[in-house]
Amino acid sequence: MSETLLGVQNLHTSFFTDNGEVQAVNGVSFDLNPGEILGIVGESGSGKSVTAYSIMQILADTGRITEGKVLFKGEDLTKWNDKQMQGFRGKNCSIIFQDPMTSLNPVFTIGNQMREAVILHTDRRGADADARVKELLELVGINEPEKRMKQYPFEHSGGMRQRVMIAMALACEPDILIADEPTTALDVTIQAQILELIQSLQRKMGMAVILVTHDLGVIADMCDNIIVMYGGRVCERGTAREIFYNPKHEYTKGLLRSIPNVNNMKKKLIPIAGTPINMLNLPKGCAFCPRCDSAMKICLSEIPQELTINENHKAACWMNVKAAYEEASRNE
Amino acid sequence: MSETLVEVRNLKQYFPVKVGIAKTIPLKAVDDISFTIGKGETLGLVGESGCGKTTAGRSILRLYKPTGGEVLFNGELVTEKNITHMRKKMQMVFQDPYSSLDPRMTVEDIIGEPLDVHKLCANRKERRERILELMEIVGLNAEHATRYAHEFSGGQRQRIGIARALAVNPEFIVCDEPVSALDVSIQAQVINMFEELQQKLGVAYLFIAHDLLVVHHISKRIAVMYLGKIVEIADADELNDYPIHPYTESLLSAVPIPDPDVTRARHRIILEGDVPSPLKRPSGCPFRTRCRYATEQCAEECPTLSDRGGDHLVACWVK
Repeated sequence: MSETLLGVQNLHTSFFTDNGEVQAVNGVSFDLNPGEILGIVGESGSGKSVTAYSIMQILADTGRITEGKVLFKGEDLTKWNDKQMQGFRGKNCSIIFQDPMTSLNPVFTIGNQMREAVILHTDRRGADADARVKELLELVGINEPEKRMKQYPFEHSGGMRQRVMIAMALACEPDILIADEPTTALDVTIQAQILELIQSLQRKMGMAVILVTHDLGVIADMCDNIIVMYGGRVCERGTAREIFYNPKHEYTKGLLRSIPNVNNMKKKLIPIAGTPINMLNLPKGCAFCPRCDSAMKICLSEIPQELTINENHKAACWMNVKAAYEEASRNE
Repeated sequence: MSETLVEVRNLKQYFPVKVGIAKTIPLKAVDDISFTIGKGETLGLVGESGCGKTTAGRSILRLYKPTGGEVLFNGELVTEKNITHMRKKMQMVFQDPYSSLDPRMTVEDIIGEPLDVHKLCANRKERRERILELMEIVGLNAEHATRYAHEFSGGQRQRIGIARALAVNPEFIVCDEPVSALDVSIQAQVINMFEELQQKLGVAYLFIAHDLLVVHHISKRIAVMYLGKIVEIADADELNDYPIHPYTESLLSAVPIPDPDVTRARHRIILEGDVPSPLKRPSGCPFRTRCRYATEQCAEECPTLSDRGGDHLVACWVK
């Protein structure tokens, strides 16, 4: 395996609200290799976006990384000051958001906003910067870039705006691109265009991509490796094929059973019982245990640790520990 | 097909849009669509945002006054005069469970309102019993009756909306993206409930959604809309396995399937560009600007739906 580009180690992020501390991320660890597409999947409130924002340190004012390290090429980002982080953002790591309308400034032209990114992070100025903006817009497949540069965001469709966001994110050819639900606000045919674009740019530029989404279809299509999150913790991680064909966490299993797929069209869906987790009131043990059909006594009181299933697959579920224990006692 | 319950004939819904100071032009949100829904059947209606699927659903229930065409319910024409009476038979479940429930009303009052409007309960006791019965059908506890909408999660709110629609014992419900705003793990609960209610009560649905996998799962037949027109209607499995219209073909190929081997082995047909503005609709076939098969004929004349065998209707000159 190649050298790790980004290492997140035991990350804890909390928001300090009037109702108390909300532990949005509770001990998330993962490694990102150069050129890899990593998918983070989970429901709303699972902490997937907060994990991404913690890497970039763009949390809301009430949010803070309380524990853990974010290592970029071996250096701990949590120790960096604002100025260093500003250099990191854009140059080494860029992010695109779900809603391309609210992430662009409505009162400036596209060209103006993109020029800002180029001038801030490179030494190109004036006509040279404009040339770079034009080049970037062409890269993401926008026709007539010169005309588009003079237009405002409202004159572009959702898909176009997301292309502009991607162009802006790529201004300095970052090592990492974080895509936070990049296609959730878009239609299916436009989603296909944007996913294709991200894939082809990733191949062309060799950057690593972290794709945050709730859509298992998008994950199945795009990602080499997948992290499944629930209640601010990682329940399962592995290659795409391991996660989809050999799920080992009760939550992943339930999730895959509950979505319509080509194979279960005539069958009844099997939903996950209960309601999504309330992050203000996390269970003491496994976060998923109040909704889990197979919950045991130990699930209520102890947080499960990750167990290695095979070299490409890890899961944090007591069921696997039980299965391993039974297996061992049978062999004795 | 079973007995026809709802028949939509040449329904048109235009909205006036101001251009300049004194000029208005019509925005053709729904342009001449026709279809039927049988008793206890589910017709799925899919399309991208702005294609007019929601407007179609609303026009059928006369939440807008249609510009042209007619809707027949059980053979009876739905008109301005009998709509109040008709809404006892036809109801709607809305997309956003946050804005479609009055925040100042308790669950009991929300579900009870249609009962009051149509004077279906003789006294308070009867009303109370009916409300509790409805709450049980959709899986809410009796203790929830006195609570307000904001105290519930998205999935539970959608259940309240469904109970409200069921209150008058309708035969037909327009479901406008009822699961789009819900979390993945909750969607299955609500989809299952729609299917169970249909088996138990025999209601027919017009199920409007943009998620093709969800629509395919719940529907018997599916209609595909593009820029205010229906381009293809067929049996759900037939449409999925043998799409004929180029738009349906690319739409199906663009849906990411949650199965890595299947989805990566597929050939994705990527459509160029965006959906044109409904104000600047192309001449002839509305899809021709993005269609890889488009010919001269497509620009001149708009194709109409024609039967390609087995109730598979397609509006295309080429295919």
